[in-house]
Amino acid sequence: MTLLKIDNLQYLDFPVLNLELNAGETISISGPSGIGKSLLLRAIADLDPHSGHIFLNDVESGSIPPEQWRLNVGFLPAESQWWEDVVADHFPLNVASDQTFSSWLDSLQLQKTILNSQTSRLSSGERQRLALIRLLNNRPKVLLLDEPTASLDSTNTKHVETIIAEYIRSTHGSAIWVSHDIDQAERVASRHFRFEGKALVSFLTQEGK
Amino acid sequence: MNVIPLTPLDLSLCAFLVILLAASSARLKLGIHKQLIVSAFRCTIQLLLVGLVLEFLFASQEFIWLAIMATIMLLVAGHAVCARQQRPLRGWWMYGIGTLSMCISSFTVTCFALQIIINTSPWYTPQYAIPLLGMLLGNTMNGIAISIDRLTQSAWQQRTVIEQRLALGQTRSVALSSITKDSMRSGMIPIINSMATTGIVSLPGMMTGQILGGSLPMDAVKYQILILFLIAAGTGFGVIAAVQLTGRRLFDERQRLRLDRYK
Repeated sequence: MTLLKIDNLQYLDFPVLNLELNAGETISISGPSGIGKSLLLRAIADLDPHSGHIFLNDVESGSIPPEQWRLNVGFLPAESQWWEDVVADHFPLNVASDQTFSSWLDSLQLQKTILNSQTSRLSSGERQRLALIRLLNNRPKVLLLDEPTASLDSTNTKHVETIIAEYIRSTHGSAIWVSHDIDQAERVASRHFRFEGKALVSFLTQEGK
Repeated sequence: MNVIPLTPLDLSLCAFLVILLAASSARLKLGIHKQLIVSAFRCTIQLLLVGLVLEFLFASQEFIWLAIMATIMLLVAGHAVCARQQRPLRGWWMYGIGTLSMCISSFTVTCFALQIIINTSPWYTPQYAIPLLGMLLGNTMNGIAISIDRLTQSAWQQRTVIEQRLALGQTRSVALSSITKDSMRSGMIPIINSMATTGIVSLPGMMTGQILGGSLPMDAVKYQILILFLIAAGTGFGVIAAVQLTGRRLFDERQRLRLDRYK
């Protein structure tokens, strides 16, 4: 079943793009930085102007309020931003008593007390893990992940991969995972894409998946 | 009691002080003596001209001339707001937003004061209308210029934060809320400060003028209070309108941050 359908998407000077994502599926986009991977995610999240149509469960992005679209098509930027002084102020009230939320914290090796810490004191790894939890807490149907493990060690990278796979499985959602690491792409995704020039092309990994 | 008229000789004596200052600046090599003389000339000529215009206006008492004068003042103020922006909007938007906000705040407040409070007859009596409008426009202009500049600068600096907030499903107004509040505050603080210190640190110019002109101090004080309240209201509402209009223009119809609309 198609969850996200990208129909003749065109932005900036990139060629027209068509893509379909099935429920429960994760695809990878790899390639060197600066080639336009993030721009594609931004266009899908409707943060940048584009032409063409994007459908989520047959609902076109332009037919619902933009904030609604972005709640459902959750974009995780490579560098997360924190605008309040304290971590907890970026989350809904009483989020700490939520079971799923607590389990995410546990799986990513974060203490609950981190909610009371100053955002300016977080390490880059803590910021990245918390940003993922902040996004998942919106319960998006599609995840647009821009190098979600770039500042994590190998243990936490594995934890993040597990959490996202579990989230996709349990919500029948899907994800576009941007990664420069081809091994990671093979672990997390079932179909693989990369930019050749400005065009997004499908390719097979060495394992022939 | 009537004001003692100044003769050209009186003013020449005064001008001598400025020339003396210019000579000293030249000797000290401050490099501003030319500017000083030019500005002194400009001030003389501009004020003499406006004096002629006002004499004409007061003599004719025609509404149409007053309206033309008011429009010119508004357009010049709109231009001044634009000129003070470090990151103005492309096209005529900035000019339009600045002028519209000043128009709704200054004009409404002036009309309110003339018709309901001072109750002149006719309500547009130029002796009251022009000075009131001038003071309101001057102050609203400052407030609006400061607040819009703050808004666009902060939006520029914090664009990644704004986009992060949008990406998390926040609406345009929520994503911009802290910047909006900050900008509105910065536009209103000057008038709040001047209300708090007036009479202690300095005697307001209008009050001084009225006393020199022979008014009783208490009458002058009452007018000064009226003016300060009008300025506070005019500036405040003008700033709120200008910041909201500009904030709206930062985003497009799909609530995307569009800083490409700024230079």
